[in-house]
Amino acid sequence: MAEALLSVRGVVRDYGEVVRTRALHGVDLDLHRGEFAALIGPSGSGKSTLLNIIGLLDRPTAGRVLLSGTDTSALDERALTTLRATALGFVFQFHHLLPAFTAVENVMLPEWGDIGMPTQEMRRRAEEMLAAVGLADRAQYKTRNLSGGQQQRVAIARAMVRHPALVLADEPTGNLDTESAEGVFELMHRFNRDYRTTFLIVTHDPRIAARCGRVVEIVDGRITSDRATPAGR
Amino acid sequence: MPFAWFVALRYLRDASGQTALMLAAVAVGVSVIVFLSALINGLQASLIESTLGSQPHVTLRVPREEPRPLVAPRPGLAIARLRQPAAQRLRSLDQWPAIARAAARTPGVTAAAPTVSGAGFATRADARVPIVIRGVNTDSFLAIIDLRRSMVGGRFDVGSGHVVIGSTLATDLAIGVGDRMRVTSTEGVEDVVTIAGVFTVGTEAVDQSWVVTSLRHAQSLFALPGGATTIELKVRDVFDADHVADDIRGRTGLTVESWMMLNAELLSGLAAQSSSKTMIQFFVVLSVALGIASILIVSVVQKSREIGILRAVGTPARRVLAIFLIQGGVLGVAGSIIGSALGVLFAKLFEVMTAEVSGTPRFPVQVDLPLLIGTAALATGVGLLAAVIPARRAARLDPAAAIHSG
Repeated sequence: MAEALLSVRGVVRDYGEVVRTRALHGVDLDLHRGEFAALIGPSGSGKSTLLNIIGLLDRPTAGRVLLSGTDTSALDERALTTLRATALGFVFQFHHLLPAFTAVENVMLPEWGDIGMPTQEMRRRAEEMLAAVGLADRAQYKTRNLSGGQQQRVAIARAMVRHPALVLADEPTGNLDTESAEGVFELMHRFNRDYRTTFLIVTHDPRIAARCGRVVEIVDGRITSDRATPAGR
Repeated sequence: MPFAWFVALRYLRDASGQTALMLAAVAVGVSVIVFLSALINGLQASLIESTLGSQPHVTLRVPREEPRPLVAPRPGLAIARLRQPAAQRLRSLDQWPAIARAAARTPGVTAAAPTVSGAGFATRADARVPIVIRGVNTDSFLAIIDLRRSMVGGRFDVGSGHVVIGSTLATDLAIGVGDRMRVTSTEGVEDVVTIAGVFTVGTEAVDQSWVVTSLRHAQSLFALPGGATTIELKVRDVFDADHVADDIRGRTGLTVESWMMLNAELLSGLAAQSSSKTMIQFFVVLSVALGIASILIVSVVQKSREIGILRAVGTPARRVLAIFLIQGGVLGVAGSIIGSALGVLFAKLFEVMTAEVSGTPRFPVQVDLPLLIGTAALATGVGLLAAVIPARRAARLDPAAAIHSG
């Protein structure tokens, strides 16, 4: 098998100075290019902690995270920021856009914030990506004036605009009605097929999880099951 | 537009209420500073101007005569000493044309005028009043003290038996332009002169005693043919007068007085006024800075999730820092433009409202470009400085924690 896109090795994460709480107890996880995986587990199981560590927003207390073979524990904050900008895409819950900015400006953020000066190319790519999520006519709308489903499509466009190898989605369909949730899920699935972008989706929704090719379950900071689903075969 | 500028301006525009509040804080602060400075600078300038309206910046005169010992002291000789101060009489400066030329060449000096100044009496009918006789050369004198601007009757003419006198003196003697009066110097020399003009400089001592005549006429009144008792100087920077005076004193050994020495009380009053102005400015600046800083801190807290998102999707911490610094700087610049306009408006309004019936301002204000530029630079600096704490807070936010907050 080819080298894993993401390798999590023995990751431990403790919180607290005086009373130490262990959120992750030595997690191992590999994700390969093109995988479409769900991460499930009850509240407080360590899903978000693991996602933050994989997303390079947090560092493990012990263990290593390798992204395309690069050991991220050796990188400083600046290098991590660059890696987040170029190699990773983030989809948070639907209200995690910048409300004062238009849809196209939100999609431009990862590139613009990283490079500094905007270019015509940058804007064109953002508009194309908005068109790909079906929101070409909403490009100049402030995101606070879009529906929840539309906002989440903008968020996916923002995550995809630099064609990262790995997209991390934290409850992307939470707080959405069934129809919007379906549309958002389909969109991610399509990008997964079209660009072989790897997705790791944290979800509470068993129906969503069932439609992912692989379901990883985490309970009390330990991975308790990791199986391929019929959808993935 | 660079990313940090774009985000900063968008945030300012989006949070219009907060922005208006911060702008108002800067504008009010700047307008207070501009108004206050304009008023105090104007007041000081007019005080200094009226002081210097009848006074040369620097005056050179003959040193006081010191008593000389009759017997030179030497070891082994006991001398019973009786010290008898010499009575001072009017004397001419030795070699005054050379001194005047040298003084005029001193760095910072723009004009030099030889004068003969002495006391005397003016007589008309039964009235007899003490006067100060000032013998001058028209051109050089007017370059130092421009009496032409102070004329209230007639014109400045000191040729051929003509004199110009102070208005109070004219009133005391009940005479006017074209009238004649008798002057007697302390040397006992008498002459009859014709009044060519009457002036008011606003300094009572001058208005009630000055009789300005020609240098030659004064020389004959005081029996100092070809002499000059003082040399009066004008300097480029009036506050440099002390240095110029020290310089000339060191080189000539003459008694050299600057207007600053003669008006030390006025100057210390002005200095006290200036330092109270500085105090007020300091506290205004401090409260403006605190206002901006606290509102920006609230804004950072409100926006922490957005900042977390920016950081997560790859915006470096330094760019987040820049976003909030730019907001502070922009507020400083914009606020100081508004505030300067308001301050100038208030100052001019105040000047007009407190003017005398004739329209002459009682409190002339002085608004100049250096004041406005200085205040704008100050406000911008304060805006930037006030933004430092909020900006650092924003840049140090932990993105993971910030995203999940709220």
